[in-house]
Amino acid sequence: MASHDSHTGRLPGLFANPDTSSFTEFLGAYSPESLPGRRTPPASRAGDEIPHGTTIVAVNFPGGVVMAGDRRATAGNMIAQRDIEKVFRADEFSAIAIAGTAGIGIEMVRLFQVELEHYEKREGRTLSVEGKANRLATMVRQNLGMAMQGLAVVPLFAGYDEERDEGRIFSYDPAGGRYEERDFYSVGSGSVFARGALKKLYRADLSAEDAALVCVQSLYDAADDDSATGGPDLTRGIFPVVAAVTSDGYRRLGEDEVGALARAVVDGRYESPGGPTAPLR
Amino acid sequence: MSMPFYVSPEQQMKDKADYARKGIARGRSVVVLQYDDGILFVAENPSRALHKISEIYDRIAFAAVGKYNEFENLRLGGVRYADINGYQYDRRDVTARGLANVYAQSLGTIFTETAKPYEVELVVAEVGDDAETDQIYRLTFDGSVSDEHGYVAMGGQAEAVAQSLKDGYREGSALAAALQTAVRALEAQDAERRLEAKSLEVAVLDRNREHRLFKRLTAARIGELLSAADGGAASGAASGGGKAAESEDASTADDD
Repeated sequence: MASHDSHTGRLPGLFANPDTSSFTEFLGAYSPESLPGRRTPPASRAGDEIPHGTTIVAVNFPGGVVMAGDRRATAGNMIAQRDIEKVFRADEFSAIAIAGTAGIGIEMVRLFQVELEHYEKREGRTLSVEGKANRLATMVRQNLGMAMQGLAVVPLFAGYDEERDEGRIFSYDPAGGRYEERDFYSVGSGSVFARGALKKLYRADLSAEDAALVCVQSLYDAADDDSATGGPDLTRGIFPVVAAVTSDGYRRLGEDEVGALARAVVDGRYESPGGPTAPLR
Repeated sequence: MSMPFYVSPEQQMKDKADYARKGIARGRSVVVLQYDDGILFVAENPSRALHKISEIYDRIAFAAVGKYNEFENLRLGGVRYADINGYQYDRRDVTARGLANVYAQSLGTIFTETAKPYEVELVVAEVGDDAETDQIYRLTFDGSVSDEHGYVAMGGQAEAVAQSLKDGYREGSALAAALQTAVRALEAQDAERRLEAKSLEVAVLDRNREHRLFKRLTAARIGELLSAADGGAASGAASGGGKAAESEDASTADDD
């Protein structure tokens, strides 16, 4: 169908080019300056004053995946935000979290959410888990110029795969490399410490609740050794954002649920500051 | 070289309008009506893939009759309008009124400036927090917009369907009763027409859902609702039968 929209003077191109179901591609044609990847990176390297998000973890369990993030954003040695949210619903069956430059990351998440919903409404079907992961890889790659100037965003993507009835975790590098991770993964400044904890705490037969506990334990360990990662803030009642994706869809755990987990973890650390120990043999 | 005949603008517009009306009258009807929890959309449509009723945004849905390729083009444009505004402003800033305006502009321009008008009629509806704040806009092929309350019928034999709705429609009725009213109205298109659950396309904008309020009903669920409305007395139009045991939110996914 030819476009008639050129006559209206309003929203030109809205009814033109019906051939793409990608919101990003459409946005690039309709309003190129709105597309994050089209911006000119700053000429000089950005300093520490721009807030950065820190640690994200994800753990698979039979029938789904749990993702969690701490609540701290830092600007150099300052805490820029103590209750930032870095874990988001991507669509009904997937979650996305960001580490790195907070502003660019949050914009990427918003664009990714619309991208998935737009495709679903136009095509009448949802993208496959791999399709979603690939789409995100393209977005990360478009940010490469910014990443070279110190404004990198590294997302972590987790989805429920309906065909396999299991959770899938995908990590990215700043150049848009997409890697599927087995069992668990972490990204961000505290990820080294979190991953060490995950390695010792992970079991193949975790329940959804235990997987959430593993996430909160590993974030505690990240906060223990990384100054940019925030631990559970019992005085203010600020706890990690924890979300589970299963065949029932995306569910963010309630403040009371996460609060109970976080308090249990902190209580346990009074006895043993290093947290649960793995058997030596 | 022959001179073209002079045709007065009045005659041109009348011819186009007649042409569009004829095209629309050939198709099956669609009914949109308010019920206690939101807005109900019912179409006679045996296809499971080619929809006459679709989601546009969180609280907004679209129903159309007429030529599929034409209203599908409008639907895709509407999804773009909604997504781009929701992305650049906020999700709350996408409204049925804004969308109806865009459609009115497009349809009006197509009607006056092109040789062939679109043979379509649309409803754009937005569910509010209560029945008072629900919005239903009806758009015709020439870009006219009207603000409707209660119920709308469009498509072939729209008068007969609207008459049946006028007789049967009750404000604030439950979903099962509203669906029955709608199906009875669609059956009024011809004498002796009985509609089965599998030849109906039914969707709701349910104000009690979260995030995206649009939901398609499965054929099994439609059958249950129709037999519940019949109260087990007459077998009615329901197929699939059975008691309405399954709760409405048992499946959150679309059935397509």
